[in-house]
Amino acid sequence: MESMETIHENNRMQSRVRKNNIWKSIFFLSTLFGLVVLAVLIIRVVFQGAAWIDMDFITGRQSTSADRAGIMGAILGTLWVMVVVIPVTLIIGVGTAIYLELYAKGGKKGSRFSSMIETNIANLAGVPSIVYGLLGLTVFVRLVDLGNVVLAGGLTLALLVLPILIVSSQEAIRAVPGYLAEASYGMGATKWQTIRRIILPAALPSILTGAILALSRAIGETAPLTVLGIPALLIPFPEGLFDTFTAMPMQIYYWTIDSALVAEYANLAAATIIILLLILFLLNSVAVFIRNKFQQRY
Amino acid sequence: MSNTTKNKVNINVKTNGVNEKISENNAETKQNIIYNTQDLNLWYSETHALKDINLEILENEVTAIIGPSGCGKSTYLKTLNRMVELVPGVSTTGSIAYKGDNILAKSTQVEDLRTKVGMVFQKPNPFPKSIYENVAYGPKVHGIKKKAVLDEIVEKSLRGAAIWDEVKDRLNQNAYGLSGGQQQRICIARCLAIEPDVILMDEPTSALDPISTLKVEDLIKELKKNYTIIIVTHNMQQAARISDKTVFMLNGEVIEFTETDKLFSNPKDKRTEDYITGRFG
Repeated sequence: MESMETIHENNRMQSRVRKNNIWKSIFFLSTLFGLVVLAVLIIRVVFQGAAWIDMDFITGRQSTSADRAGIMGAILGTLWVMVVVIPVTLIIGVGTAIYLELYAKGGKKGSRFSSMIETNIANLAGVPSIVYGLLGLTVFVRLVDLGNVVLAGGLTLALLVLPILIVSSQEAIRAVPGYLAEASYGMGATKWQTIRRIILPAALPSILTGAILALSRAIGETAPLTVLGIPALLIPFPEGLFDTFTAMPMQIYYWTIDSALVAEYANLAAATIIILLLILFLLNSVAVFIRNKFQQRY
Repeated sequence: MSNTTKNKVNINVKTNGVNEKISENNAETKQNIIYNTQDLNLWYSETHALKDINLEILENEVTAIIGPSGCGKSTYLKTLNRMVELVPGVSTTGSIAYKGDNILAKSTQVEDLRTKVGMVFQKPNPFPKSIYENVAYGPKVHGIKKKAVLDEIVEKSLRGAAIWDEVKDRLNQNAYGLSGGQQQRICIARCLAIEPDVILMDEPTSALDPISTLKVEDLIKELKKNYTIIIVTHNMQQAARISDKTVFMLNGEVIEFTETDKLFSNPKDKRTEDYITGRFG
């Protein structure tokens, strides 16, 4: 009877409930903070740039005159770079993840080897992007002598985002339950058949989520491109992997800097940001679409 | 009979090879030996998990392996289709002859072995695919592409696993929508689809409710007519209900191996008696 009384003491109950509510508010405010900042950014950009977007702006060639300036060259440059980045990152990234998770881990030696590689990859993910720019300049632009073309830019950005995709693909593969692979091996399937028919399909949705992250990072990177010597103002459109190009983040960067000279450049930069966000959104919805389609097949 | 079985095992160990002819002659008059295990030892890195196992398992019988947790019964079962190698650091000595060929030899193709020796696992583990795709998986892996052939195999296997009537109208639905007992019978159907000779079952009913367990047990009795079944179970009543022979294992050793009713009614070894009367385990 005594213990019953202590449990039901009212003030204790109230203090626990109050604490509960306080923590709930803290978590809610954390979420709100991010949402508000994002909303402010987007609203500001839209107010500044939306009025400047029209067909001439989107399809036009670049120009120093704010009234005549268009961003078709930058859009094409960015898309061409993605043509390099997407397949290179996916093939090498998923391939590396498969090797590390499913082949390298046999025995003590193997697990030490793969944990060493994993540590290095995790470190690479933290290397500043401008360092990748220097790497790209040394290897692709100078050593392989590609020049500052789409292929060199694409490969540099692919290297930059590879660690992101490798780590997320590894996690995706690790999350596939072992009993599924066991069932497959138990029926006489080879390792490759098990990977292709069981492990990869089950891991694909998470791999694509990683791909979206990697892609979003690559499409917005500016620093490595400046180091590669990608021009901000370039009149001809790129038509292939070996053409010089400019990209949307470069365009945004230079227009923002030069807005000290020409005030309208700030509006052009905002307008370009809106288009860049739209393109990013479109590319990501393709990935989401593929992901959902794949999940429905089960 | 228990004594003769044991003696035969012992003779085989001592005069390896000479007696093979004798057991072959024996086989012609009686049943064939499908698995002949001789002096099998297995280590997980440093741990000695199986010690000097000698067993002769006959064709078209249900052999149950019982014993307390950690006695090596699952390890032995997984050695029979070499699934045990999926654990890194496993090493073995001795031999297991499957229809006369040593499956522990380097030259053995495990994919081929696992096509002849199917396996059903402890937890129902259907693929996250449709019921049809689950059963068709094995044949597809082995290169069968024709829809008509696959359809036939799927129906035959589902009928064989006594679940056709329950699922025939929803073959394209995800197997995860089924109950645990149904999922396990889908897994058995999936195993039948590769037309194995032997089915290894690793505590196939331990995750199921009593009614589903009964259904799976009935199925095992049915399957016995066409397949050799080796089943690991920690449920002694189950071993008594469904098996012809029972192996009792303890600490990685085979303590007793004989006809099921003899093992349960008249155990020769004190440790077997203690275990089946519930004094430990």
